[in-house]
Amino acid sequence: MKFYQTIIDAMKKNGMLMALIGVVILFQVLLIATGKGVLLTPANISNIIVQNSYVVILATGMLLCILTGGNIDLSVGAVVCVIGAVAGTLIVNMGVNIYVSIALCLFLGIAIGAWQGFWIAYVGIPPFIVTLAGFLYWRGVALLILDGLTISPFPSNYLNLFTSFIPASKDVLITPEEAVFIKTVTITIGAIICLLFLAYLIKDRITKTKKGYETDSMVVTISRFMLISGGVMYVIWLLANHKGIPIVLVILGVIVLGYSYFTNKMVPGRHFYALGGNAKATRMSGIDTKKIMFFAYTNMGFLAAVAGLVVAGRFNSANPAAGTLYELDAIGACFIGGASAYGGTGTVGGSVVGAMFMGVLNNGMSYLGLDANLQKTVKGLVVLAAVVFDVLSKRNTKSK
Amino acid sequence: MAQTLLKMNNITKTFPGAIALDNVSLQVEKGEIHAIVGENGAGKSTLMNVLSGVFSHNEYVGDIEYEGKHCKFNTIRDSEHVGIVIIHQELALVPLLSIGENMFLGNERGKYVNIDWDETFAKADSYLKLVGLNESSRTLVKDISVGKQQLVEIAKALAKDVKLLILDEPTASLNESDSRKLLDLLLDLRQKGVTSILISHKLNEVEYIADKITVIRDGAVIKNLDKKTDSFTEDDIITAMVGRTLTDRFPKRNTSIGEVCLEVKNWNVYHPLYEDKKVCDNVNLTLRKGEIVGISGLMGAGRTELAMSIFGKSYGQKISGELILNGKKIQLNSIKEAIKEKIAYVTEDRKDEGLLLNNPIYINTTLAKMDKVSKYNVLDLDLEVKVSNEYKQKLNTKCSNVMQNVGSLSGGNQQKVLLSKWMFADPDVLMLDEPTRGIDVGAKYEIYTIMNQLVAEGKSVLMISSEMPEILGMCDRVYVMYDGRIVAEFTKEQATQESIMSAILSSAKGV
Repeated sequence: MKFYQTIIDAMKKNGMLMALIGVVILFQVLLIATGKGVLLTPANISNIIVQNSYVVILATGMLLCILTGGNIDLSVGAVVCVIGAVAGTLIVNMGVNIYVSIALCLFLGIAIGAWQGFWIAYVGIPPFIVTLAGFLYWRGVALLILDGLTISPFPSNYLNLFTSFIPASKDVLITPEEAVFIKTVTITIGAIICLLFLAYLIKDRITKTKKGYETDSMVVTISRFMLISGGVMYVIWLLANHKGIPIVLVILGVIVLGYSYFTNKMVPGRHFYALGGNAKATRMSGIDTKKIMFFAYTNMGFLAAVAGLVVAGRFNSANPAAGTLYELDAIGACFIGGASAYGGTGTVGGSVVGAMFMGVLNNGMSYLGLDANLQKTVKGLVVLAAVVFDVLSKRNTKSK
Repeated sequence: MAQTLLKMNNITKTFPGAIALDNVSLQVEKGEIHAIVGENGAGKSTLMNVLSGVFSHNEYVGDIEYEGKHCKFNTIRDSEHVGIVIIHQELALVPLLSIGENMFLGNERGKYVNIDWDETFAKADSYLKLVGLNESSRTLVKDISVGKQQLVEIAKALAKDVKLLILDEPTASLNESDSRKLLDLLLDLRQKGVTSILISHKLNEVEYIADKITVIRDGAVIKNLDKKTDSFTEDDIITAMVGRTLTDRFPKRNTSIGEVCLEVKNWNVYHPLYEDKKVCDNVNLTLRKGEIVGISGLMGAGRTELAMSIFGKSYGQKISGELILNGKKIQLNSIKEAIKEKIAYVTEDRKDEGLLLNNPIYINTTLAKMDKVSKYNVLDLDLEVKVSNEYKQKLNTKCSNVMQNVGSLSGGNQQKVLLSKWMFADPDVLMLDEPTRGIDVGAKYEIYTIMNQLVAEGKSVLMISSEMPEILGMCDRVYVMYDGRIVAEFTKEQATQESIMSAILSSAKGV
């Protein structure tokens, strides 16, 4: 009975994840029923991940901004465009070494973030204003650099960095022997990930028991392991039947895990939640709140640069319209993923779920062949419905 | 024979998992001041929420009879319609609107969609006069003191033709003279036929003003007292409230006072905005190990400002003077440095400046000293939970577990979490600003016990308090502040209510 209750609570706590699974199942059924194909095919899953990678990267940075008190960064789309333009100029037009160019671009992103963070944190200009201005002039800077034109194509060594797969490279035709090879390597990597996860769980239990802390019941731990590694293996299996693991997924994995660790387990990460929860109380606890704000926006600049590089690689071009409305995708992913508009609550994992939710919705509807205008309407309404569902199910757990 | 205005019969209200009110009945006569007292969480506010329509009539069981009619309120508007107005502890005024606009908010003067501003402000002025508030109704609410805002709330109620006025802890954030003014206003309104229900923790006020008292404990009426027939002393009320005789409201302690721990010399602080305004004027004070020292004074005397300016210059500008900690001269330029030097300041405003209400207890507990639960900036979450549990037990915090959000705790338990937070920072000097504000008698006693434990461990406590009995009952020494200066110092033996008040009053005359 208690176990049953734990499951119900866990489901309510992860209402948005449930909604994501629900949407996946819904489209799967709809697509099969209308005979228009299948959502969960190897190629399509790979596509959804690659298509939405920039949202996940930006949403992770946006989450930190939102945590500080519901502050957003409107300039990220424009910054993505600037970084693409600079990367294109350096690599394509000037032939600079790609690694040097990437380093320069990342550094430029940090500098842009620090510039905006300075005005926000140390001069006290509202983030909305500073980044709205950035939204305008960074786009202008990008247009100036590009002179209104598109730069392409990028050299193949650059594209390989962002668009190839482990272990296959992109453009090679896959023979049956290679397919077996890809499958073996991919599944092995998946198995290693699951084993690492298992090792972590065991180690955690051992240290907890040793230090005399409370542990979850064995059943809960085991079912958690089964569910999560089951999910991981399913995605891996799909990818294995395609071309393997997209490099972008590795980049995403590093960013998501790294920032999850930062927000969950590190002192500066805790400061973000505290600042959003109660700024005055945080200051009165001896925490430098300005530094946190500065870091949030500097970091946003860095991640916008990462996204800019990924996007340039994916489209194989630096074009003046790149990044348009990306800020709204990122902000949307965070709020759909359960971040509070007042700050202080929200998780990196939630934002990933939020981003994927939007991604699956877009993907499923285009597969169904819905009219583009109808798609927008449905998308808006479904987003509203999903968040309402999440908020209501959380409210029920609270009143208990 | 007085007329019965209100009868609440057998009200039962349950929340999921708890019975908030169990068969409660309440009878209020026309033109009386009826006090409802009880510990925090006893059900007073719930009862008033039932009465005023915050809970609609199908959310509780029971019957309300008002002016002889059975009433079923769905919203606050319904109850206001018949003249029942509730003024909550947290004032519901819009700071950036004027007094007049606030007073007629939702009740605007004028025709159709047009607002008649002349009528609004003229009427508002007349109501302000009625409550004895000498302000223009065009003044913005943010520019007047909390005491005056409270009067605006009452004027607002009068503007709604109030017949039954419900006040939830109206004096919680007022000083003694403002409280007195408010209570006298209620007596004045009684003459004019306004019936009041007063919820208060301050028993001396209840004793002063109430005609009848209903004592509620654990959701049930324990006792009804009538001024005409029953004995009405504070002790009687307390006995009924807590269900035991509090022989002593302040726990005893064996004082062993050691050497000087903190010395403040020639301390001057200027207002952060008005740089010519001196907020602390040449303050000198000493604090010894194992000593509880009180700072008494009226609101606005500069007590909080003094403590905050010592606490890493977190208030004011152009701060000058010396701080000597354990014989060593120190400079504290930030709160971080103050915490490092083992000085802590526990704010008077736990909701705004002390706690992260939407975060769990354990995050609050460790917030001021996270190095103790982390290595290389990586937090040990299990250790956090463990130490939070230790403080939960030590301070007897009532919660289901330390994962519970602080915002869902009662005031007394929130205060305990705030104290845990600063005790966890291992301070030698604790500055407690109004440590028992807005919490009930039982929790107060527990907080006093904790203070005694702290000084028994050789720490020093500097307590700012507006409650005279607390200053007299707890402190080894008392400083009296007036207008930024320390105007008197008393030992425990010398300190009496009279001596402190006369110190304040004589300096007030001297200005």
